[in-house]
Amino acid sequence: MVVSIKASILENKKILPDFYRLKIAVPQISKTAVPGQFVMIKTSSTLDPLLRRPISLHRINRDVGTIELVYQVLGKGTILLSEMVQGELEVMGPLGNGFSWQQSFKRTAIVGGGCGIAPLLTLAEHLIGNGQEVHVLLGAQNKEKLLNEADFKELGCKVLVATDNGSSGRKGFVTEILEELISTTNLDQVYCCGPLPMTNGVIKLTKSKMIPCQVSLEERMACGIGACLGCVCQVRNEDGTIGYKRVCHEGPVFNASELIFEKD
Amino acid sequence: MTKIAVEIAGIKMKNPVLAASGCYGFGREYNQLYDISRLGGIMTKGTTLEPKLGNPTPRLAETPAGMLNSIGLQNPGVDKVILEEIPWLRTFDVACIVNISGYSIEEFEIIAERLDGVSGVDGLEVNISCPNVKGGGMAFGTDPHTAALVVKRVKAKTKLPLIVKLSPNVTAITEIAKAVENAGADAVSLINTLLGMVIDIKQRKPILANTMGGLSGPAVKPIAVRMVYQVYTAVEIPIIGMGGITTFEDAVEFMLAGASAVAIGAGNFTDPFAPLKVIDGLEKWLEQEGIKDVREIIGGCK
Ligand SMILES: Cc1cc2nc3c(=O)[nH]c(=O)nc-3n(C[C@H](O)[C@H](O)[C@H](O)COP(=O)(O)OP(=O)(O)OC[C@H]3O[C@@H](n4cnc5c(N)ncnc54)[C@H](O)[C@@H]3O)c2cc1C
Ligand SMILES: Cc1cc2nc3c(=O)[nH]c(=O)nc-3n(C[C@H](O)[C@H](O)[C@H](O)COP(=O)(O)O)c2cc1C
Ligand code: FES
Repeated sequence: MVVSIKASILENKKILPDFYRLKIAVPQISKTAVPGQFVMIKTSSTLDPLLRRPISLHRINRDVGTIELVYQVLGKGTILLSEMVQGELEVMGPLGNGFSWQQSFKRTAIVGGGCGIAPLLTLAEHLIGNGQEVHVLLGAQNKEKLLNEADFKELGCKVLVATDNGSSGRKGFVTEILEELISTTNLDQVYCCGPLPMTNGVIKLTKSKMIPCQVSLEERMACGIGACLGCVCQVRNEDGTIGYKRVCHEGPVFNASELIFEKD
Repeated sequence: MTKIAVEIAGIKMKNPVLAASGCYGFGREYNQLYDISRLGGIMTKGTTLEPKLGNPTPRLAETPAGMLNSIGLQNPGVDKVILEEIPWLRTFDVACIVNISGYSIEEFEIIAERLDGVSGVDGLEVNISCPNVKGGGMAFGTDPHTAALVVKRVKAKTKLPLIVKLSPNVTAITEIAKAVENAGADAVSLINTLLGMVIDIKQRKPILANTMGGLSGPAVKPIAVRMVYQVYTAVEIPIIGMGGITTFEDAVEFMLAGASAVAIGAGNFTDPFAPLKVIDGLEKWLEQEGIKDVREIIGGCK
């Protein structure tokens, strides 16, 4: 069930030069949230910025009633958010459709890039809990922008890294590592969240190898709950016609097979 | 007890606060957060004759205390709205006003005809002002003669009350308001969005895929208040005021300028409970001011 409430800030800490981790107490959200879902956060008590900011769930701590978010400081909204150290903030969630998996899955791969890595940690946690062998492939510009490598390892995932400048892991793209992994390993499912070029690459690759792939998309949002139709993406409907689905409502996680990419 | 119920063009509302078209879908989403029958009314997403895909993305861009949208009237078409949305909305005790858009006068007529007599529809909001539709929307709402013609022809096809939604993208909004009143409009609503544009200086191109879009939110409020004030002096029919409302004080301001009711659009995005806060705040304020009936403040600006 979606709620919109005030939540206490428990921690809002810089974890990398551009990234913060925010922990808030919201049992009403952690109770029902699943990996891949997100929240809309009000970053100002004034009317500027007007719109709430969508941020994915990074950890869902159901037992203690908290959620954790990891966000990149980019512009007006996230700068204001990074300045909130204590007190309460207004948050709406859990929103959207999350990742899904089946009991029968034995081996899966998670591919993440940039701030798209943030929502994948809670996914990995759930997949590991489901007894799967989880390969995690992470991409970033450089070492300073690489999120959560140690956290994934701690969960017991097999982690491989690629950076644009080679400051950590392989120099190159994470899609290259995925291609190698696919050639040696049988994967039941690939999960992906990251910048559009990476997502595109992962979709092409998994399509050609006939591996089911779920991707989490980003789009500019206003309402966050499906009312304004601002955040749509193009899909191929079951009857073959082209349509739009709402990233905030039917997404942000989609089966790659239904997506149509206009921008390459 | 303070009375906050109003009646606009024969449509009874338990309070003068509505959800603005396009910002509230058909109410399903916000009904997850609270009972939508708390509102006075809901103005639905713009409905066209045929299903519409809408514009490519990005469809949204933020501006200081405001936002631009170019949704492009994405909707399932009038037949599906009648079949799937109205029967659901009808189960709530809230006025249902269907916002309609056409690419030709004939289309407006057909949509109005189809909605006439549909149980659960309390009125039509005729959108002659949406700036997103090429060659259509803007033209109807910017010329008094065409605006009047649309209203006259739609009026002949339906017994439903007609609320005509006016575009702010005109030099003399009072001329359009007078023209649609003479053509038989039962009420007017204003303002729709102001045509605007945002450029991403890094990429040196517009943020919106459609280049331009409609500006709304608190940034437009003074313009909206001014237009309501002007239209109030020009016509006899009631006004539903909108444009940047986020608080009860904003609602009072619009009513003092001449609005009989108000609608909240982008304000829902900042705070999904904004309409409820406006209703409660308005009621409390009226009590504090010793005003027995909300209608006493309409046009009360000295
Ligand atoms: C479903 C979803 C989940 C997300 N999860 C995360 C996350 O876990 N961690 C994280 O760091 N970021 C995440 N993002 C991206 C994040 O919402 C944007 O980076 C943030 O809104 C930028 O706001 P700003 O005010 O700092 O930047 P500004 O430059 O001021 O943003 C201006 C406007 O553009 C929008 N915008 C800018 N960049 C993006 C973008 N990439 N995607 C969507 N809207 C954008 C903003 O929402 C805002 O409306 C997510 C986005 C979506 C849609
Ligand atoms: C995302 C969005 C979609 C809209 N869609 C419609 C529409 O379909 N038909 C219409 O008449 N007005 C539409 N509008 C205009 C609003 O109903 C309203 O007139 C305008 O936004 C001003 O109010 P606000 O400042 O409270 O948002 C839309 C506005 C927004 C923000
Ligand atoms: S953000 Fe409004 S429909 Fe998705």
